[in-house]
Amino acid sequence: MAEHYKPHKYKAWEMTLEERFQEVYPPFSEREATLEANRCLYCHDAPCMVACPTHIDIPTFIRKIATGNVKGSARTILESNLMGATCARVCPVDVLCEGDCVLGADHKPIAIGRLQRYATDYASERGIKFFQKGQPNGKKVAVVGSGPAGLSCAGELAKQGFDVTVFEKNEMAGGLSTYGIVVFREPVEVSLAEVKMVQDLGVTVKCGVTVGKDIKFDDLVKDYDAVFIGIGLGNVPMMEIPGEDIGGVLDGLDFIAETKVKDLNKITYGKRICVIGAGNTAIDCATIARRLGAERVTMIYRRSEAEMPAYHFEYEFALKEGVSFMFLTQPVEVMAKDGKVDGLKCVRMDLGEPDASGRRSPYPVDGSEFVVPCDMVIKAIGQVKPAAFLSMLEPYGVESVKGYIKVDEHNRTRHAKIFAGGDCVRSHGEASTVMAVQDGKIAARAITEALVATPACAKK
Amino acid sequence: MADLSINFAGIKSPNPFWLASAPPSNSAYQVQKAFEQGWGGAVWKTIGAPVLNVCNRYGTIDYKGSKIIGLNNVELISDRPIEINLKEMREVKRNFPNHAVIASVMVESNKEAWQEIIKRTEDTGIDGFELNFGCPHGMSERGMGSAMGQVPEYTCMVTEWVMDVATKPVIVKLTPNVTDIVHPARAAVKGRASAISLINTVNSIMGVNLDTFEISPNVGGKGGHGGYAGPAVKPIALHLLSAVGSDPEVAKAGLPISGMGGIETWRDAVEFMLLGATSVQVCTAVMHWGFRIVEDMIEGMSNWMDEKGFASCDQFIGKSLPRISSFGDFDLGFQSVARINHDKCIQCNLCYIACNDAAHQCIDLKDLKLTSEVKERAWPVVREEDCVGCDLCSRVCPVDDCITMVEIETGRPHITWNELVKSKPEVLDWEKMEAYRKTANIHIH
Repeated sequence: MAEHYKPHKYKAWEMTLEERFQEVYPPFSEREATLEANRCLYCHDAPCMVACPTHIDIPTFIRKIATGNVKGSARTILESNLMGATCARVCPVDVLCEGDCVLGADHKPIAIGRLQRYATDYASERGIKFFQKGQPNGKKVAVVGSGPAGLSCAGELAKQGFDVTVFEKNEMAGGLSTYGIVVFREPVEVSLAEVKMVQDLGVTVKCGVTVGKDIKFDDLVKDYDAVFIGIGLGNVPMMEIPGEDIGGVLDGLDFIAETKVKDLNKITYGKRICVIGAGNTAIDCATIARRLGAERVTMIYRRSEAEMPAYHFEYEFALKEGVSFMFLTQPVEVMAKDGKVDGLKCVRMDLGEPDASGRRSPYPVDGSEFVVPCDMVIKAIGQVKPAAFLSMLEPYGVESVKGYIKVDEHNRTRHAKIFAGGDCVRSHGEASTVMAVQDGKIAARAITEALVATPACAKK
Repeated sequence: MADLSINFAGIKSPNPFWLASAPPSNSAYQVQKAFEQGWGGAVWKTIGAPVLNVCNRYGTIDYKGSKIIGLNNVELISDRPIEINLKEMREVKRNFPNHAVIASVMVESNKEAWQEIIKRTEDTGIDGFELNFGCPHGMSERGMGSAMGQVPEYTCMVTEWVMDVATKPVIVKLTPNVTDIVHPARAAVKGRASAISLINTVNSIMGVNLDTFEISPNVGGKGGHGGYAGPAVKPIALHLLSAVGSDPEVAKAGLPISGMGGIETWRDAVEFMLLGATSVQVCTAVMHWGFRIVEDMIEGMSNWMDEKGFASCDQFIGKSLPRISSFGDFDLGFQSVARINHDKCIQCNLCYIACNDAAHQCIDLKDLKLTSEVKERAWPVVREEDCVGCDLCSRVCPVDDCITMVEIETGRPHITWNELVKSKPEVLDWEKMEAYRKTANIHIH
């Protein structure tokens, strides 16, 4: 049987640890991609393209796969979205492009994400470079944070001839694409290849540099013509419950990051794990735990199934992976024995009237405490807002909204030289990679407009 | 269940499905296997002059993931000795007395050679002959196959030689590689043929390899024209079948026609029969999927006949032939316009772009507020007063029955072009044509 026709192994217990951390979806073979591409109707004014926050010309890139012009297909994608390879893997396509595919109603929508991955991987595997550094325009821009927003902004600016330096606090660049997306959704190499692509455009990426500690924010504003802030959000916040500080209580993001950059065999995990939260990060933690080998993984969420913030396809994935869910359950204390986690004391909840978010707010049921036995607790209840960074911005008149950096529709702050984008400005709406990429593009355009007379960068 | 049996110029067959003279009918093993699976007849792979074959012999057109929309070959007639073929024909006929076994023959242009092979073959007990005047490659360069079929006089002459000695029905197989197929068809009639079959394969080069610059099929670095067959040639075959079938001279002679060219399903077969074919021959589909496809062909046709109330094939053979007309006899007053069913429309808007770029710019994209969506996408809407009724939009629409062409009465005179130029010869002048159009309520966009 031809290699690419081999049935995909889907029973986790039949796979090796390495296999369990391969990408969940195998890459399309050439024939699969061609067949799928040929299903596309090539709509006029295609709704998928409108649904894509970066407005990739989807019908065109799919048609190019169908004709065998895969290189051209990748160019079409990357012209609108430099992080096309990441987005192909992590975008919630069900609610974006594929969700609006006209074939969705009666048939099956086109697998746009997987086709995009096919095209971008094709170019990446062959080391094809599509863009060049623009003619130097003498302007310098500092980018804080090398996640999708920062890299997108930096790349677009470099194409316009800006001299761009990216400051990254971590050891490796790429932000959440490198550290935060589970490895079986996006291998770290994909993210690093995107970093490399931006570096090849002449962008300097300085890793291990924390702005505000290793370098003063004031210096950036002083030394550069513009500063773009794409710092994302922080770690998982404290739950403020007793026992939270015992060993065996983990930050979900740290847990995910370990599986991205560490030898899988050297990761410690519990046999029975409680994951607190029901967002996409929580799902990631739970499914990773299962794939590492945890026997029981239980997700603890204080509201019900209907209110859970994770994408539905992620919820289904978790169920398929054998993760169990305890809804309407609130942790109240981490129990310890010999200084190690021994259980999670929870209380049953009921739903009352809708709160400010429009969701019915949970309240505890008196006397309903019980203990879930476990040896590890992973917290994934959101991320800390960039309060510390905001205080550095305050002297410049940059405003905040709900703890996020306030920007206008051009990703400009109140200060003429300071721009921002990505999760750190997402005070409303869904935080996602693709939105961050678009922010970076928009900010790059605004910076170009502000610093150069006639902007020639992407209009969308 | 309907009676599918046919009597083709005296050749009896339990159903109209025959293997065409081609690789699937190369041996007794194959033909008997085919009969066991339900094929009604087989035209044996052509026997005759000695040949040697080459590799590779096939080229294909694959379309959007579908394999073999068209198949081209440079294989020659049977490369097995005549004696073996005759022995096997005899064996098959003995084992399957009620199935049609037809010997396809082709020899050089020599009376004695033709008459000798006819006599030798007839001795096997086969039911009839098919004269291969159509093979477009290899044999034609040696003066056989389409070299004979392309010259009506040759066609007539060789047919006469055969008819002088044959006691079994003789089918003349025509080549499509001519300017007008009616002439060789008439030549076959003149030569006293018992029946006609068509089409043989179409001259073709299948493609060029963009990496190696080689021709497909590639024979050791070289390629040349071969015979094109398969679903892609069906429309050509249907046209040539109807052209021969509706020719008065051929029709007068009343010869049955065996139709072929791209038949893959019972539906295709019914279409050929509605246009006058009594039997149908299949090759490419068998080469693609094997003999087993005949089970569905028989059942599908039978179900269709039951549904339509046809008890036997005679009742529908040629039923659509009277509808074959020509442009000059079409009704200029017949007008249709496109109507889009917005309940079915999926808003791919392919109709819009096709009409706008390639037709008459009479579909608009409009905000119709048909849904409760905040950002409702524009809907395609036909401006019926400007629609010329070309039908392109419904052809590109991917949704069944979403765009329909609706006949409307415009008050235009129901007159044909032939009638018009006869009654108003002045319309052949542009100015007068303009004047006529105004009176006839015909608008050009």
